[in-house]
Amino acid sequence: MKQEEIVLDADIQNLARLNDWLDAFMALAAISSRERSQLEVAVEEIFVNIASYAYAPQTGQVVVAGKVTEDPAAIELIFMDAGRPFDPLARDDPATDVDLKDREIGGWGIFLVKKIMDEVSYRREDGKNILALRKTLLPQES
Amino acid sequence: MEIKKEKNGTELTLALAGRLDAATAPELDACVKQEIAGITALTLDFSALEYIASAGLRVLLVAEKLMRKQGKMTLVHVNPNVREVLDMTGFLQFLNVEE
Repeated sequence: MKQEEIVLDADIQNLARLNDWLDAFMALAAISSRERSQLEVAVEEIFVNIASYAYAPQTGQVVVAGKVTEDPAAIELIFMDAGRPFDPLARDDPATDVDLKDREIGGWGIFLVKKIMDEVSYRREDGKNILALRKTLLPQES
Repeated sequence: MEIKKEKNGTELTLALAGRLDAATAPELDACVKQEIAGITALTLDFSALEYIASAGLRVLLVAEKLMRKQGKMTLVHVNPNVREVLDMTGFLQFLNVEE
Protein backbone atom coordinates (compact mmCIF):
# COMPACT_ATOMS: atom_id res chain seq x y z
CA MET A 1 0.00 0.00 0.00
CA LYS A 2 1.30 3.44 -0.92
CA GLN A 3 0.09 6.70 0.55
CA GLU A 4 0.57 10.40 -0.05
CA GLU A 5 -0.96 13.49 1.48
CA ILE A 6 -1.12 17.19 0.73
CA VAL A 7 -2.46 20.09 2.79
CA LEU A 8 -3.33 23.30 1.00
CA ASP A 9 -5.58 26.34 1.16
CA ALA A 10 -8.98 25.77 -0.42
CA ASP A 11 -8.42 28.30 -3.18
CA ILE A 12 -8.94 27.70 -6.90
CA GLN A 13 -5.54 29.29 -7.53
CA ASN A 14 -4.06 26.17 -5.85
CA LEU A 15 -5.52 23.83 -8.45
CA ALA A 16 -2.23 23.58 -10.35
CA ARG A 17 -0.39 22.64 -7.14
CA LEU A 18 -2.97 19.98 -6.39
CA ASN A 19 -2.63 18.63 -9.94
CA ASP A 20 1.15 18.37 -9.59
CA TRP A 21 0.66 16.43 -6.35
CA LEU A 22 -1.94 14.19 -8.00
CA ASP A 23 0.34 13.42 -10.96
CA ALA A 24 3.12 12.36 -8.58
CA PHE A 25 0.69 10.33 -6.49
CA MET A 26 -0.82 8.54 -9.50
CA ALA A 27 2.66 7.60 -10.69
CA LEU A 28 2.66 5.17 -7.72
CA ALA A 29 -0.13 3.15 -9.34
CA ALA A 30 -0.37 1.02 -12.48
CA ILE A 31 -2.90 3.23 -14.18
CA SER A 32 -4.01 3.95 -17.75
CA SER A 33 -3.92 7.44 -19.21
CA ARG A 34 -7.71 7.35 -19.45
CA GLU A 35 -8.05 6.59 -15.72
CA ARG A 36 -5.47 9.25 -14.96
CA SER A 37 -7.46 11.84 -16.84
CA GLN A 38 -10.72 10.76 -15.17
CA LEU A 39 -9.16 11.04 -11.71
CA GLU A 40 -7.86 14.52 -12.53
CA VAL A 41 -11.42 15.57 -13.29
CA ALA A 42 -12.82 14.00 -10.10
CA VAL A 43 -10.16 15.59 -7.89
CA GLU A 44 -10.63 19.01 -9.49
CA GLU A 45 -14.39 18.88 -9.03
CA ILE A 46 -14.22 18.04 -5.33
CA PHE A 47 -11.50 20.59 -4.67
CA VAL A 48 -13.38 23.34 -6.52
CA ASN A 49 -16.50 22.46 -4.59
CA ILE A 50 -14.68 22.82 -1.27
CA ALA A 51 -12.97 26.01 -2.46
CA SER A 52 -16.36 27.46 -3.44
CA TYR A 53 -18.50 26.47 -0.47
CA ALA A 54 -16.69 25.19 2.60
CA TYR A 55 -15.17 28.41 3.93
CA ALA A 56 -16.52 31.13 1.64
CA PRO A 57 -16.08 34.07 1.82
CA GLN A 58 -13.04 33.23 3.94
CA THR A 59 -10.66 30.41 3.16
CA GLY A 60 -9.26 27.48 5.09
CA GLN A 61 -7.34 24.29 4.62
CA VAL A 62 -8.10 21.09 2.77
CA VAL A 63 -6.29 17.84 3.39
CA VAL A 64 -6.20 15.41 0.47
CA ALA A 65 -4.97 11.91 1.25
CA GLY A 66 -4.40 9.34 -1.47
CA LYS A 67 -3.89 5.65 -1.15
CA VAL A 68 -3.03 3.04 -3.78
CA THR A 69 -4.15 -0.46 -2.90
CA GLU A 70 -3.26 -3.70 -4.64
CA ASP A 71 -5.51 -6.69 -4.87
CA PRO A 72 -7.88 -5.32 -5.85
CA ALA A 73 -5.98 -2.52 -7.57
CA ALA A 74 -7.68 0.69 -6.61
CA ILE A 75 -7.16 4.32 -5.78
CA GLU A 76 -8.71 5.85 -2.69
CA LEU A 77 -8.85 9.58 -2.09
CA ILE A 78 -10.05 11.35 1.02
CA PHE A 79 -10.82 15.08 1.18
CA MET A 80 -11.11 16.71 4.61
CA ASP A 81 -12.03 20.28 5.44
CA ALA A 82 -13.14 22.03 8.60
CA GLY A 83 -15.64 24.28 6.85
CA ARG A 84 -19.39 24.50 7.27
CA PRO A 85 -21.25 21.18 7.03
CA PHE A 86 -21.86 20.45 3.38
CA ASP A 87 -22.81 17.18 1.72
CA PRO A 88 -22.15 17.61 -2.01
CA LEU A 89 -23.88 14.28 -2.70
CA ALA A 90 -27.23 15.50 -1.36
CA ARG A 91 -28.11 17.37 -4.54
CA ASP A 92 -30.11 15.66 -7.30
CA ASP A 93 -28.19 14.84 -10.46
CA PRO A 94 -28.85 17.15 -13.40
CA ALA A 95 -30.71 15.49 -16.29
CA THR A 96 -28.38 14.44 -19.13
CA ASP A 97 -31.09 13.78 -21.70
CA VAL A 98 -32.42 17.31 -22.03
CA ASP A 99 -31.71 19.82 -24.76
CA LEU A 100 -29.91 23.08 -24.37
CA LYS A 101 -32.77 25.28 -23.22
CA ASP A 102 -33.67 23.04 -20.26
CA ARG A 103 -30.12 22.16 -19.36
CA GLU A 104 -28.91 23.08 -15.90
CA ILE A 105 -25.83 25.22 -15.77
CA GLY A 106 -24.50 23.76 -12.52
CA GLY A 107 -24.26 20.40 -10.83
CA TRP A 108 -22.09 18.76 -13.50
CA GLY A 109 -18.97 18.57 -11.36
CA ILE A 110 -20.36 16.24 -8.70
CA PHE A 111 -22.24 14.36 -11.40
CA LEU A 112 -18.91 13.65 -13.12
CA VAL A 113 -17.35 12.54 -9.84
CA LYS A 114 -20.15 10.01 -9.31
CA LYS A 115 -19.76 8.73 -12.88
CA ILE A 116 -15.98 8.42 -12.68
CA MET A 117 -15.59 6.91 -9.21
CA ASP A 118 -16.94 3.54 -8.09
CA GLU A 119 -17.71 4.71 -4.56
CA VAL A 120 -18.29 8.18 -3.15
CA SER A 121 -19.34 8.77 0.44
CA TYR A 122 -19.72 11.78 2.71
CA ARG A 123 -19.61 12.00 6.47
CA ARG A 124 -19.39 14.76 9.05
CA GLU A 125 -16.99 13.86 11.84
CA ASP A 126 -15.34 15.94 14.60
CA GLY A 127 -16.37 19.18 12.91
CA LYS A 128 -14.94 18.06 9.57
CA ASN A 129 -16.43 17.28 6.18
CA ILE A 130 -14.96 14.01 4.99
CA LEU A 131 -15.50 12.90 1.43
CA ALA A 132 -14.10 9.50 0.48
CA LEU A 133 -13.70 8.38 -3.14
CA ARG A 134 -12.65 5.05 -4.51
CA LYS A 135 -11.94 3.85 -8.03
CA THR A 136 -11.04 0.32 -9.00
CA LEU A 137 -8.28 0.25 -11.61
CA LEU A 138 -8.33 -1.98 -14.66
CA PRO A 139 -5.43 -4.42 -14.96
CA GLN A 140 -2.52 -2.93 -16.90
CA GLU A 141 -0.30 -4.81 -19.33
CA SER A 142 3.15 -4.72 -17.84
CA MET B 1 -4.36 27.77 -21.09
CA GLU B 2 -3.64 29.71 -24.25
CA ILE B 3 -6.25 31.06 -26.62
CA LYS B 4 -5.33 31.92 -30.21
CA LYS B 5 -7.85 34.05 -32.08
CA GLU B 6 -8.32 34.09 -35.82
CA LYS B 7 -11.00 36.25 -37.37
CA ASN B 8 -12.12 36.16 -40.95
CA GLY B 9 -15.10 38.42 -41.61
CA THR B 10 -17.95 37.00 -39.53
CA GLU B 11 -16.05 33.76 -38.81
CA LEU B 12 -14.02 33.41 -35.64
CA THR B 13 -11.79 30.52 -34.59
CA LEU B 14 -10.54 30.20 -31.04
CA ALA B 15 -7.78 27.61 -30.73
CA LEU B 16 -7.35 26.47 -27.14
CA ALA B 17 -4.18 24.92 -25.78
CA GLY B 18 -3.71 23.39 -22.33
CA ARG B 19 -6.34 22.83 -19.68
CA LEU B 20 -9.87 24.19 -19.52
CA ASP B 21 -10.37 23.93 -15.77
CA ALA B 22 -11.84 26.02 -12.96
CA ALA B 23 -8.77 28.27 -12.91
CA THR B 24 -8.73 28.95 -16.68
CA ALA B 25 -12.40 28.71 -17.75
CA PRO B 26 -13.09 32.39 -16.87
CA GLU B 27 -10.51 33.42 -19.53
CA LEU B 28 -12.43 31.61 -22.25
CA ASP B 29 -15.74 32.97 -20.99
CA ALA B 30 -14.41 36.53 -21.13
CA CYS B 31 -12.83 35.98 -24.53
CA VAL B 32 -16.03 34.59 -26.07
CA LYS B 33 -18.15 37.42 -24.70
CA GLN B 34 -15.66 40.01 -25.91
CA GLU B 35 -15.17 38.65 -29.41
CA ILE B 36 -18.49 37.31 -30.69
CA ALA B 37 -20.25 40.54 -31.63
CA GLY B 38 -21.23 40.14 -35.30
CA ILE B 39 -19.85 36.58 -35.52
CA THR B 40 -22.07 34.01 -37.23
CA ALA B 41 -19.65 31.05 -37.15
CA LEU B 42 -17.62 30.37 -34.04
CA THR B 43 -15.18 27.45 -34.21
CA LEU B 44 -13.49 26.18 -31.07
CA ASP B 45 -10.39 24.26 -32.08
CA PHE B 46 -9.57 21.74 -29.35
CA SER B 47 -6.52 20.12 -31.07
CA ALA B 48 -4.20 21.22 -28.26
CA LEU B 49 -6.77 21.09 -25.46
CA GLU B 50 -5.72 18.27 -23.15
CA TYR B 51 -8.34 18.48 -20.47
CA ILE B 52 -11.78 19.76 -19.58
CA ALA B 53 -13.70 19.82 -16.27
CA SER B 54 -17.18 21.07 -15.37
CA ALA B 55 -16.10 24.71 -15.23
CA GLY B 56 -15.23 24.35 -18.92
CA LEU B 57 -18.57 22.70 -19.67
CA ARG B 58 -20.34 25.69 -18.16
CA VAL B 59 -18.52 28.07 -20.50
CA LEU B 60 -19.38 25.89 -23.50
CA LEU B 61 -23.04 25.86 -22.47
CA VAL B 62 -23.16 29.65 -22.19
CA ALA B 63 -21.27 30.11 -25.48
CA GLU B 64 -23.59 27.69 -27.30
CA LYS B 65 -26.64 29.60 -26.02
CA LEU B 66 -25.19 32.94 -27.14
CA MET B 67 -24.18 31.61 -30.56
CA ARG B 68 -27.55 30.01 -31.30
CA LYS B 69 -29.03 33.51 -31.28
CA GLN B 70 -26.67 34.75 -33.96
CA GLY B 71 -25.23 31.75 -35.82
CA LYS B 72 -23.49 28.50 -35.06
CA MET B 73 -20.76 27.17 -32.78
CA THR B 74 -18.66 24.15 -33.75
CA LEU B 75 -16.05 22.20 -31.82
CA VAL B 76 -13.27 20.60 -33.86
CA HIS B 77 -10.44 18.13 -33.11
CA VAL B 78 -11.71 17.03 -29.70
CA ASN B 79 -9.33 14.55 -28.03
CA PRO B 80 -10.67 11.32 -26.47
CA ASN B 81 -10.36 12.45 -22.83
CA VAL B 82 -12.21 15.69 -23.49
CA ARG B 83 -14.79 13.87 -25.59
CA GLU B 84 -15.44 11.41 -22.76
CA VAL B 85 -16.36 14.26 -20.39
CA LEU B 86 -18.70 15.75 -23.02
CA ASP B 87 -20.21 12.32 -23.54
CA MET B 88 -20.72 11.41 -19.85
CA THR B 89 -22.65 14.62 -19.25
CA GLY B 90 -24.77 14.43 -22.40
CA PHE B 91 -23.16 17.59 -23.84
CA LEU B 92 -22.38 15.75 -27.09
CA GLN B 93 -26.12 15.62 -27.76
CA PHE B 94 -26.46 19.33 -28.41
CA LEU B 95 -22.97 20.58 -29.22
CA ASN B 96 -21.81 20.45 -32.84
CA VAL B 97 -18.65 18.38 -32.74
CA GLU B 98 -16.74 17.72 -35.94
CA GLU B 99 -13.92 15.24 -36.35
